[in-house]
Amino acid sequence: VCFIPGGLDCSVSFVSQILGKVCIRGRQKEILSVLVPHLTDLTKSDCIWQRICWRLVECVPDRWMEAVVLGFVQKAPGADVLSRLLGNLVVKNKKAQFVVTQKMLLLQYGYTTAVLQNLLGYLSLDSLRRALMIKVLQELLETWGSSSAVKHSPVEQQQYISKAILICLSHLKEPEIESCRQELLMSMMEGVKCHLDSSLPQIRRLGMIVAESISSKITTDGPVLKFQYEEDDEARELKSLLVQAPLLSVLPDLPDNNRNENAEAALPAVLESNGKSPTETTHVMPDGDSDAELDSDDDLVPYDMSEDKELKKTKAPVYIRDCIEVLTGSEDLDKWEEAVKALEGLVRKNPAAAREVSVELAKILLHLEEKTCLEGFAELRQKAQVAVLTTDPIPVAQYLTSQFYSLNYSLRQRIDILDVLVLAARELSCPKAHGKTKHSGAQNPCIQLLPESDSSKDWRRIVDERIKSKTRRFAKGQSQVERPSGPNEFSSLAGHFFFPLIQNFDRPLATFDLLGEDHFVLGRLVHTLAVLMYLAVNTMAVTAMGKALLEFVWALRFHTDSYVRQGLLSCVSSVLLSVPAERLLQDVTEELLETRLWLEDVVEKDPDGDCRRLALQNLLLMENLKKKLETVPS
Amino acid sequence: MAQPPPDPQFVLRGTGAAVHALHFSCGGGEPDVPILFSGSEHGCIHAWNLKTHRVDAALDGHGGKSVCWLETMGGKDRLLSQGRDQRICLWDLAEGRTSVTDSVFTENVGFCRCSLLKVAQGRWLMATAAKALEEVQVLELPSKTSVCTLKPEVGAKLGMPMCLKLWQVTRGSQPSLLAGYEDGSVLLWNLSMGKVLSQLTCHQEPVMSLDFDSEKAKGISGSSEKVLSIWSLNEQQNLQAQQTHRLVNAGISDITIRPDKKIVATAGWDHRIRIFGWKKLKPLAVLDYHTATVHSVSFSDHKNPSERLLAAGAKDHRISIWSIYTQT
Repeated sequence: VCFIPGGLDCSVSFVSQILGKVCIRGRQKEILSVLVPHLTDLTKSDCIWQRICWRLVECVPDRWMEAVVLGFVQKAPGADVLSRLLGNLVVKNKKAQFVVTQKMLLLQYGYTTAVLQNLLGYLSLDSLRRALMIKVLQELLETWGSSSAVKHSPVEQQQYISKAILICLSHLKEPEIESCRQELLMSMMEGVKCHLDSSLPQIRRLGMIVAESISSKITTDGPVLKFQYEEDDEARELKSLLVQAPLLSVLPDLPDNNRNENAEAALPAVLESNGKSPTETTHVMPDGDSDAELDSDDDLVPYDMSEDKELKKTKAPVYIRDCIEVLTGSEDLDKWEEAVKALEGLVRKNPAAAREVSVELAKILLHLEEKTCLEGFAELRQKAQVAVLTTDPIPVAQYLTSQFYSLNYSLRQRIDILDVLVLAARELSCPKAHGKTKHSGAQNPCIQLLPESDSSKDWRRIVDERIKSKTRRFAKGQSQVERPSGPNEFSSLAGHFFFPLIQNFDRPLATFDLLGEDHFVLGRLVHTLAVLMYLAVNTMAVTAMGKALLEFVWALRFHTDSYVRQGLLSCVSSVLLSVPAERLLQDVTEELLETRLWLEDVVEKDPDGDCRRLALQNLLLMENLKKKLETVPS
Repeated sequence: MAQPPPDPQFVLRGTGAAVHALHFSCGGGEPDVPILFSGSEHGCIHAWNLKTHRVDAALDGHGGKSVCWLETMGGKDRLLSQGRDQRICLWDLAEGRTSVTDSVFTENVGFCRCSLLKVAQGRWLMATAAKALEEVQVLELPSKTSVCTLKPEVGAKLGMPMCLKLWQVTRGSQPSLLAGYEDGSVLLWNLSMGKVLSQLTCHQEPVMSLDFDSEKAKGISGSSEKVLSIWSLNEQQNLQAQQTHRLVNAGISDITIRPDKKIVATAGWDHRIRIFGWKKLKPLAVLDYHTATVHSVSFSDHKNPSERLLAAGAKDHRISIWSIYTQT
């Protein structure tokens, strides 16, 4: 579509209408992929063309404005191009303003980061539009900081809003920051609180990154807010948004210049590196020479000095009872440290002695607090607890599960109890690969002893892999070599671990209310039950456990915390995987049917993506079970 | 795979108290018996016969006070011993006698071990800590005349001298003194003028012991911290720090360089004797025998290199004798 310039007083409204009609029919991509590059070139330096372009979009009728604007924003290669094409459309046209500032940012969340950059960059480039950008930032922060939004909106939407906030922050200039510093600070405080309350680690991390970014922008001097979180690709990508991205449109316009520049830039870098290496080598030479000269004279052979270690004033205790004495009474911190370090080894080496004092040890370890700055204290304590539990499972499990529901324990201690139970169960059960044929590419479904706490993701991954290994049956990959098998020591103990935990969850205590505020612990409890269920495969109590677990799930199925719901769904997976199919259909039929109805509901209506996916996998598992039973000749 | 460190060749027991000083006298060939003198905390000096491993003579001349330094003056018949009774005694041990022929009353209550240097036939210089806390006195022996008194300048705040080493480049040239002080610095003194030529802060803690190799103009010092410090003397007689070596456990009580300048032995508070190559301070061995702080190490002066020994005396009343790196 070519335009004929010249002194013609042409009206472009007709073209606008065509454009609008085409866009509303859904053909934005086709028409704009031709139109936008042309317009980009033409409007680069020619003011008249810019005006023509602006008239073009301004004349699009309101009912088609949304489609056109959306198309332009998505198609434009950069924020400045968008600015040239659209001009001050958002200021002049109400509908366009609504689309750009409200709909694309707050009501939809499917657009890519590049589109967000375009949009917000466009808003920042003109002074008239900057006021809009400030308003947009305020609304984004309001949404980000509202606790109901954090609890109920999907993770993807929260990520999108966070990205938008970071890009806005990158465009803010000093005077603007000055004027809205207080507001930024207030919204940051509120928002951080809601985010850190959440049970999902992703949400917490998003909150931390955004709060850090806001803090770095508003505090010019003095300490900046700094959180500790895992740095991975997502975090790095988000943080890179805070730095203004260079204008991308510069490169295609000046290819030759840029290439030259790049080449020039490359040359000095190469020269530098070349220059460095000769000097390095020359540095090495003299040392090497002098070394050689001395070594040839020095024919004194050193003896083995590996025994030369730091002189310790106290020796490590050798008896378990000594350890107990030191840990309970002693004021001597060196002895205390040695006892903590030595305990796990001693318990494992002397199981008979450990069994005599197992409950006492468990009590001491549960209440053991860090007295000195010992490295890896939490890990040492946990390993010792696992050792005690595996050496004398029944009494210690009884003790721990009863303490889980007792008064006056900290959340950390209750979660410790859960972690220890799971680790001990894993160690006792040593599940092996069942040698089933599976995709050659699938990962090893055997449970390795993975590192402990915050491993809810790991458990889910293990269960997922198990599901994967069972649902993909059509391709016969190579069968894995059978790992050496040992007796499953967990079989007689599964009940002791499992049932006490599941009994009292609905009785609130003064300091511990699983169904109320402490839903984080409830989430962990649910995940623990899922793992225990999974590890109880092929044990005698598995059917009873499955029944109890499905009832438990039924009682909690409408919980508002998505972490808890994910846990419930993994419980269902564990039940379906562990309880043999015949038992399921005979003894657990009613619960199974009810659960199935619930799963279908979750797949359709749950706001959390992970929950929906898990529910879908569970339904697939159920289908497979049914098919398997139907094909088995009875 | 490196070999495990060797065991002691033999262990001398019977001093009855912590051993603070050791000195070999094995230079005379046959029919002279190789002797090791040891000074103990109870004031007894034992002369150990290294062939029979028994005490040949026991000398008690310090009134029950600890003997902290022993040195022979030209052969094993004349022995100097310094005790914490503020006396330095000269013993005549020829033909089985055990008598004090002369003594110097230093009036010094510190722990600083003296240093002896032979400057001419029949003439020795001995440096000892003096009555005033910061001063070092140099005496000529056997005349006992004072050569000079080395006083640090006012306000230097060096503390007590902790260890001394008299040396000269060759026999007949100008002798100098290296002194390590309580504040961790080592000073080089010019004896003729009684002035400081150079000062170097080697440690944060008192310098417990030092030794100097006049051929290479390189010295080593140890203190109560975990660092050994190597320093050297350049052309202008200035002390320069050269290298430090970090130890596993803190505390060195004695350092000595073997007369052939190949290895260095240190006595540690962690009950261990460490051997290093002297050229680059390469760790060679850690000898772990004693069960208490090792107070003193000494190399023997055997003419035959393969017979050379290392002796270590510790707080556990034992003296261990080692034969190590004797092939070079």
